[in-house]
Amino acid sequence: MTSPSQAAADAGDLTLEPEGEPGTPGNKGTPELAGRTPRQLAWLRFKRDRVGVICAFVVGFFILVAAAAPLIVKLYGKNAYDLYGQDDGLLNSSGIPIKPNGGISSDHWFGVEPALGRDVLALLVYGIRTSLLIALAVTVISVATGVLFGLTQGYLSGKTDYFMGRLSDFMLAFPQQLFFIAFSPVAISLLVNPGEQESWWVRPFVLISVQFILGWMSIGRLVRAQVLSLREREFVEAARISGASSWRIISKELLPNLWSTILVQATLLLPVFVTAEAGLSFLGVGILDPTPDWGLMFQTGANNYQSDITFMFFPGIAMVIFVVAFNLLGDSVRDALDPKTLR
Amino acid sequence: MSEQTTLDKVPAPRPASGEKLLEVTGLQKYFPINGGFIFQRRVGDVRAVDGVDFHINAGESLGMVGESGCGKSTTGRLVTRLLEPTGGKVSYAGKDITHSSRKELAPIRSEIQMIFQDPYASLNPRQTVGSIIAGPMEINGINPTGGRERRVRELLEIVGLNPEHYNRFPHEFSGGQRQRIGVARALALDPKLIVADEPVSALDVSIQAQVVNLLQKVQQELGIAFLFIAHDLAIVRHFSQRIAVMYLGKIVEIGDRESIYGGPRHPYTHALLSSSPEADPDDDGRERIRLAGDVPSPINPPSGCRFRTRCWKAQDKCATEEPPLVRLGGNAEGHLTACHFPEEPTIEAREEDIVLDPALAAIEEAADETP
Ligand SMILES: Nc1ncnc2c1ncn2[C@@H]1O[C@H](COP(=O)(O)OP(=O)(O)OP(=O)(O)O)[C@@H](O)[C@H]1O
Ligand code: SF4
Ligand SMILES: [Mg+2]
Repeated sequence: MTSPSQAAADAGDLTLEPEGEPGTPGNKGTPELAGRTPRQLAWLRFKRDRVGVICAFVVGFFILVAAAAPLIVKLYGKNAYDLYGQDDGLLNSSGIPIKPNGGISSDHWFGVEPALGRDVLALLVYGIRTSLLIALAVTVISVATGVLFGLTQGYLSGKTDYFMGRLSDFMLAFPQQLFFIAFSPVAISLLVNPGEQESWWVRPFVLISVQFILGWMSIGRLVRAQVLSLREREFVEAARISGASSWRIISKELLPNLWSTILVQATLLLPVFVTAEAGLSFLGVGILDPTPDWGLMFQTGANNYQSDITFMFFPGIAMVIFVVAFNLLGDSVRDALDPKTLR
Repeated sequence: MSEQTTLDKVPAPRPASGEKLLEVTGLQKYFPINGGFIFQRRVGDVRAVDGVDFHINAGESLGMVGESGCGKSTTGRLVTRLLEPTGGKVSYAGKDITHSSRKELAPIRSEIQMIFQDPYASLNPRQTVGSIIAGPMEINGINPTGGRERRVRELLEIVGLNPEHYNRFPHEFSGGQRQRIGVARALALDPKLIVADEPVSALDVSIQAQVVNLLQKVQQELGIAFLFIAHDLAIVRHFSQRIAVMYLGKIVEIGDRESIYGGPRHPYTHALLSSSPEADPDDDGRERIRLAGDVPSPINPPSGCRFRTRCWKAQDKCATEEPPLVRLGGNAEGHLTACHFPEEPTIEAREEDIVLDPALAAIEEAADETP
């Protein structure tokens, strides 16, 4: 080991340039790398990930379809409620489309629904809209709650951490599907007086609530773990020495380091909630006919798959593409944000 | 070694100094160890700091050295009040701050700052250099004339960085440059005391000297008092007027630079000096001491003198009576040693090297037998 005094090369020239300074001779090849914010760096990494970019386009397309559903349906000229099959005589006596391939024609591009005879394209576009909106609401509320819970737990630590931790363990111990199936009817009956007509918001509200109640723990635990490691970091101590309040430490020092976790978790949670919502509607405890819904389309498809298999293809393929694309996107976002996870 | 001469010029403390800025008496920090199934009980303590007394005068630099795990960082964190002391007293400028709350500390917060060991963990990766350095000013509501941004640029220049790097992120800087940013942040509030916790031990050797020089420049020009923590005596030598040697939660010897380097009395100080990398390998003029084993556990420290398990002079008295930290006969004013059987105040080579490490001793013996 050399002593620092021996190694004191040039004490007078203390000014140093950061590596990769643009315009410095010697690293002309990579002037691109200098002066990027962490966000720009993540964006650069993401752009280089071809799968991620394609998935982003696919996901963007689904979101666009959901958002622009009324416009699409208007341009297309059919809506999701008219019973075209029955009105125009496109169904046979047992309710199966007469034309081959589920009744696909120039009028009804994806065919008509068995039994009721609604237009499949309009139904799918609106179904995606319903499912996506519900899943989005669940995601936003769950993530917000989870982050708040995890932050409090990790920051306060000690007894608070212990009891909050046991609460989230308790919630995690519930069998999710059983809970949804058992409690959705209970919740609905609590909200609707016997004999009264159910308001339109009751079912979406119940779906959002039951999924949220069992949906926030995973992100809460992740945030807690990250906060526990972050709060021991020296930059937090530096802020504390300067007299920073807890609020400032949480908002200025901790939260900016959590955004990547939050974003990644949200992109991974959303498809989970979409499939869960579809599952519940399929099982009959979610959205009911005639509201167009992705899960309900599976139900109709399952009832008629022997005579009209084509109908199943559209919601099925759409769902597979959506879930796969969203999950791959989540992975790409994570790779872009934390190439070596959080250092 | 022309650089050496420039480095050796430790400035005399500024005229304004002399009065005690920080005084620490009987400081203790015990970390509880909890154990037990289901019901957590306190089953013991890590006695990280166990009765430490020292003071730092205004504008003066006190070096604190000791092996890893002997409680140096804990002492630094107690002084900056990041940790709550278990016992003892910390007073700053005559005011008792031992158990002050965040609000009560507000007026003196700006006067005590800290520089951290790890330059990679001490800067928030999601903030720009500008907001990192301006942070302390924001928190304390300080608005320097000309605005905070101008002050930040000024500080960047003081620590030898380009002021244009204001908007950059920490990941764009090397370890040494990051440490400079940490120094700029510590300077942002015009502190009177900086606790530097091994500020250079994570850096490359060639960078260490630059950062030490920077700190020295800062200390001279701005008259800031330092508690400079290091694990070997070589680095503090050029930086500190006084040195405290810690062992297992206690100060075993404290004194001015000349006394500690020229006439150490405690066996542990002798051992530290002998292992200091400053040694010239061809120079046989210095004593050679190699200790065996590790520092004992602070959970269950040895009775009496804590160094006795590794001390070559230990006698029965050392196990029963704890040696007080006192001025021994022949020591200079302010040079205190905690030892019953102190060494001679010299670092000249002995007739026989003290090699307590059995493996090393065996190797050397074998080498002697087969010339
Ligand atoms: N938060 C804590 N909880 C429990 N024990 C701790 C804690 N912080 C430190 N310790 C213990 O206190 C003792 C002293 O630690 P400290 O960090 O002060 O040592 P140090 O002298 O700074 O060592 P190093 O040179 O390695 O930094 C160690 O045994 C350590 O395990
Ligand atoms: S008191 Fe005894 S054991 Fe301790 S350092 Fe002195 S001689 Fe060694
Ligand atoms: Mg330490």
